[in-house]
Amino acid sequence: MATKTTSVASAKSLAAHATRLAGGGRRGRFSLRLLVPYVFVLPFLLLFVGFFFAPFFYALSQSVYKVQRSGLGFGPPTVVWAGADNYLKALHDPQFWDGIRRVILFGSVQIPIMMAIALTLALLMDSAVIRFRRFFRLAFFLPYAVPGVVATIMWGFFYSPSLSPIVQLFNTLNLTPPDFFGPNTVLASIGNIATWEFTGYNMIIFFSALQGIPQELYEAGRIDGLSELGIALRLKLPLIRPALVLGILFSLIGTLQLFNEPQILSRLSGAITSTYTPNIFAYNIAFVQTNYYYGGALAVILGALTFVFSYGFLRLTRRQAGV
Amino acid sequence: MAATPIELDAAIKRRDESERRIVGARDFSAKNLVAYLFLLMITIYCLTPLYWLAIAATKDNTDLFASVGLWFSHFDLFANLHALFTRDNGVYLHWVGNTVLYAGIGGGLGMLISVAAGYALAKYRFAGRSLLTVLVLGAVLVPPTTLALPLYLLMSKINLTNTYWAVLLPSLLHPVGVYLARVYATASVPNELLDAARVDGAGEFRIFGRVALPLLGPGMVTIFLFQFVAIWQNFFLPFVVLSDPNLYPISVGLASWNFDPAAHELLFNLIVTGSFLAVLPVIALFLILQRYWRAGLAFGSLTG
Repeated sequence: MATKTTSVASAKSLAAHATRLAGGGRRGRFSLRLLVPYVFVLPFLLLFVGFFFAPFFYALSQSVYKVQRSGLGFGPPTVVWAGADNYLKALHDPQFWDGIRRVILFGSVQIPIMMAIALTLALLMDSAVIRFRRFFRLAFFLPYAVPGVVATIMWGFFYSPSLSPIVQLFNTLNLTPPDFFGPNTVLASIGNIATWEFTGYNMIIFFSALQGIPQELYEAGRIDGLSELGIALRLKLPLIRPALVLGILFSLIGTLQLFNEPQILSRLSGAITSTYTPNIFAYNIAFVQTNYYYGGALAVILGALTFVFSYGFLRLTRRQAGV
Repeated sequence: MAATPIELDAAIKRRDESERRIVGARDFSAKNLVAYLFLLMITIYCLTPLYWLAIAATKDNTDLFASVGLWFSHFDLFANLHALFTRDNGVYLHWVGNTVLYAGIGGGLGMLISVAAGYALAKYRFAGRSLLTVLVLGAVLVPPTTLALPLYLLMSKINLTNTYWAVLLPSLLHPVGVYLARVYATASVPNELLDAARVDGAGEFRIFGRVALPLLGPGMVTIFLFQFVAIWQNFFLPFVVLSDPNLYPISVGLASWNFDPAAHELLFNLIVTGSFLAVLPVIALFLILQRYWRAGLAFGSLTG
């Protein structure tokens, strides 16, 4: 009986609803309903236009001008149309390419190492044989809580000859302590900071994906005679592929943006120049040399490059997966 | 099928129990020993710097250099705290206040903005919907850091640089939050419930407030957490748009002490103690809200 009354009631309100929608006097209300989703997305859209589109197009509009000094460079500087000059300048700027090459080298060594560790940890965390997993998970994830600036200052202390417990250890053992800030080692020192910060974060991404795999698949694998290692490699790995792609994608983006760690370590290491990474280079062009026009072009190139890399990576991995 | 944090926790427990039953109690075999050694090594790697930081925060500048790094020397934590809080007329406390302001308001308001947008993308059909979805994904791929330099120039045109707004307003934009909100709304707000509320005559905004938001509660905590921590840790944007030390967040403030060529050796104990304090609230958030983190990062399994 109860169901009948509710259905009658809802039929009534449905009718009321329909009249309301169709009623001539209420047509204003009907069109307002169509606007509802736009009201919901409006704040986001405003922010997006103001802080994403606007700066991008501003950089684009600045990048086609340059400062010219007339009369052998002694006259007053004037801003003139440059067309593609700033972009051509960037393409032929060895210092810019030096930075690009450096972050690519950084990414092609640091990302695989970090992903291998994170994946191994995630598989171990997913295995019921291992005890104390809550503690381990927390320990691995904690570095992610440390702001990048603090992490870099902290590792800077760890690397510095006068303070470092590592150097103390080497000295006690009468060994020559490594120079963490040398031209050949400082990139690895930065890589270590990034690995320390983000291994746990990636481990949790992979771990969460592993937890989403239905148990029955493992049981089927065991029945088919797969060992635990075989299950990990043949079943788990392909199934968490989207999570792997995502983790690598975020690392890729972060690597191309590399700024905080080298910028802060530059106080301690002479090897970190003002052109060390593309972002540091763009920062110095724009703020130290106050060349906003060239800086704008560099910002556009960096944004485009980041998009090409990340989008290309997504496309590539999707095609391989046959999606 | 996005799981809410609580469902996820329960699911993990269930799986672990059944898996242990299947595999049996082979707790400490030789093969496991290698695994434990590896886990132990990584644990030491992850925790040693934090341990060092905690110890170092209790040392004065002489002991910082002269004593063994990994153990206590004379306990000067309170002297350090006093020096930290009084240096430059208490500028560190300003930084703490600013960071709480930026991360708190930016995280809270930004979360609501993201949830509203994600809800609309998940639950309404409207012209421009798929374009907006693509834009959100594009913004995830190109982080706003890339645009910090032109943003600074644009802000200086309208005299917005070096104000609270310069950090606060851009921090509200969080494309990953919109993406997560869309996933959560699709999974945990049933269309039937919305239709039922409509039939009962509730307005769309009332439905959002009374029906959708309560269902999205755990997801909202997750989105807030991610945005709060992202703003707490942000360096590049405030570094670029601010020049008044009284407006700095902790990250930029500590970096400015670290860069100070005249004083940095004298400031070491303050930088260390200030860093230690800056880490504590985020660690507390981690410990208290652990399961929300895992749920948020589970979206890796949802993107196909």
